[in-house]
Amino acid sequence: MKALANFCWPEDDFSGYNRARIFPDGKGMIEVTNLTKRYGSRTAVNDISFTVARGEIVGLLGPNGAGKSTTMRMLSGFMPGTSGTVRVAGFDVFHDADEVRRRIGYMPENNPLYPEMRVREYLKFRARLKGLGWKKSRDRVATVMQQCSLTDVSGRVIGQLSKGYKQRVGLADALVHEPELIILDEPTIGLDPHQIRSVRTLIKSLAGKHTVLISTHILPEVEMMCGRVLIMFGGRVLASDTPENLQRRMAGGSQVIAEIAAPESVLRAAWELLPEVVQFDVSPAEGDYLRCALTPRDGFDLRPLVAKVAHDHGWPVRELTRTRHSLEDIYVQVTKPTQEEENE
Amino acid sequence: MNVFLTLLRRELASFFLSLSGYVIIAAITLLIGLSFVVLITGIAGQPFTAPVTEMFYSTFYFWLILLLASPVITMRLFALERASGTFETLMTTLVSDLQVVTAKFAAAIIFYLVAWLPLLGCLFIVQHFTDQGGTLDAGTVGGMYLGIFLIGCVFLSLGCLASAISQSQMTAAMISFVLGVSLFSLAYLAKAVPDSAHWQSQVLACFDLFDQMHDFARGAVDTRAVIFYLSATFLFLFLTVRVVESRRWK
Repeated sequence: MKALANFCWPEDDFSGYNRARIFPDGKGMIEVTNLTKRYGSRTAVNDISFTVARGEIVGLLGPNGAGKSTTMRMLSGFMPGTSGTVRVAGFDVFHDADEVRRRIGYMPENNPLYPEMRVREYLKFRARLKGLGWKKSRDRVATVMQQCSLTDVSGRVIGQLSKGYKQRVGLADALVHEPELIILDEPTIGLDPHQIRSVRTLIKSLAGKHTVLISTHILPEVEMMCGRVLIMFGGRVLASDTPENLQRRMAGGSQVIAEIAAPESVLRAAWELLPEVVQFDVSPAEGDYLRCALTPRDGFDLRPLVAKVAHDHGWPVRELTRTRHSLEDIYVQVTKPTQEEENE
Repeated sequence: MNVFLTLLRRELASFFLSLSGYVIIAAITLLIGLSFVVLITGIAGQPFTAPVTEMFYSTFYFWLILLLASPVITMRLFALERASGTFETLMTTLVSDLQVVTAKFAAAIIFYLVAWLPLLGCLFIVQHFTDQGGTLDAGTVGGMYLGIFLIGCVFLSLGCLASAISQSQMTAAMISFVLGVSLFSLAYLAKAVPDSAHWQSQVLACFDLFDQMHDFARGAVDTRAVIFYLSATFLFLFLTVRVVESRRWK
């Protein structure tokens, strides 16, 4: 677990700046404390704690089987945790279940719907189950159908709709009772790129008015939509930060790529002379150029130095970049099993 | 109450606005009609004193309908929601477990009673051709429908339980069929054991569905039987609620 330790939020990180940011009024939208869920001997969620502030869009990121869906099920009140507490808008999910359910719009994994019902009929049925009155539910259904661009298909049978439309029906259902918190479990899974884009736009438009928690294992999605990422793996929350901060934290280990036209032996000697270069790799590129991948000493930006070396020798340079770690690298690094775990 | 009615409406719609619902009704009507043809040809030409309803109970078709129809009606109720995942969306709205179970059961029993209505038509026809007043006495017909209703409650609540514990409709249907047949064969056992003061035979006598239904068909309502059916129904529905709740403590 050593590799992971770097990415875990230090305990005190929570208390100072972040706490003030997350709890402007002293309480968050979601407060999860030491939540654990065991199925028999298998631990699906292992002692996780996190908070989500009002109005935030938070992505719950992790590979399949990381415990994302289980966490969401516990948040929605479908099933309780083995231990620990979940509070939504200050209410305990199990002791004040009705208060919490009024405030949550939940779309489970795979977006289950009744295929034999018509869109308007289904949404009205759901609105009634969520405690809306006759007139109120009619108005709200009309509003969410417009919001989710479903007005054209309001009379169609759900089973005959395309997957993108079905997904929007699921979203409309989650929104119909104007919940403060919206929990979406893999909302874009199985959609084509156009549909994904429209669903993303829809979710983005919810920011500010609603608090949104989205689970996904697709990285660009998180980078595009979420203000903060929780990385889950093996039932634990390993990291919690903005996508940019996570990238910054990784920047220390980033490499500099330079393509330079020079004799290979001289080039190698030049890099060996530089104390700032910890490791280098030189390989032939297109034309006369050689591609150098240089790993700097901790946190050092090698680019000016490389430019200077090339300038001094009069070598033409056609590329000089620092590789930015994408969230993908962070994700892979955080979630890859460490040596000890692999040996076990 | 509003939530209950909303749920009931949707359950009824899924019975009556689907092809499968009408296929079940058609199958039951066919069996009722068939049993009447057999019954009428059997008694044709010879005078008989018992009401037709009473004769009807003694045909095996009645029990066949009960044993086959109740698993088919109830198999979908919980198993389909579980399999498709809608159980999760349903249970995270403002509904209670009890409301869900009672609404599903109520819809099943209403559908079941509607499916039995063609029997009235058969009785009318018999009355029309026998020109005897006693065929369609309100008391006996009422008693018969009460019997159909009560024994239906038992078998349908059993079906609800079977559906709640299974993931697939087929499993649900098989479990409830097997349980139904077991309950039914207890009646045979009760017949086979001679009457005695032993508590075993007294307990078995409670399961003597034939005799009890025979009484209902004659228009005699025996409170012991009524209480037995109602308490069995409550037991099975209570167990169903517990199974639905089990996600909380599993």
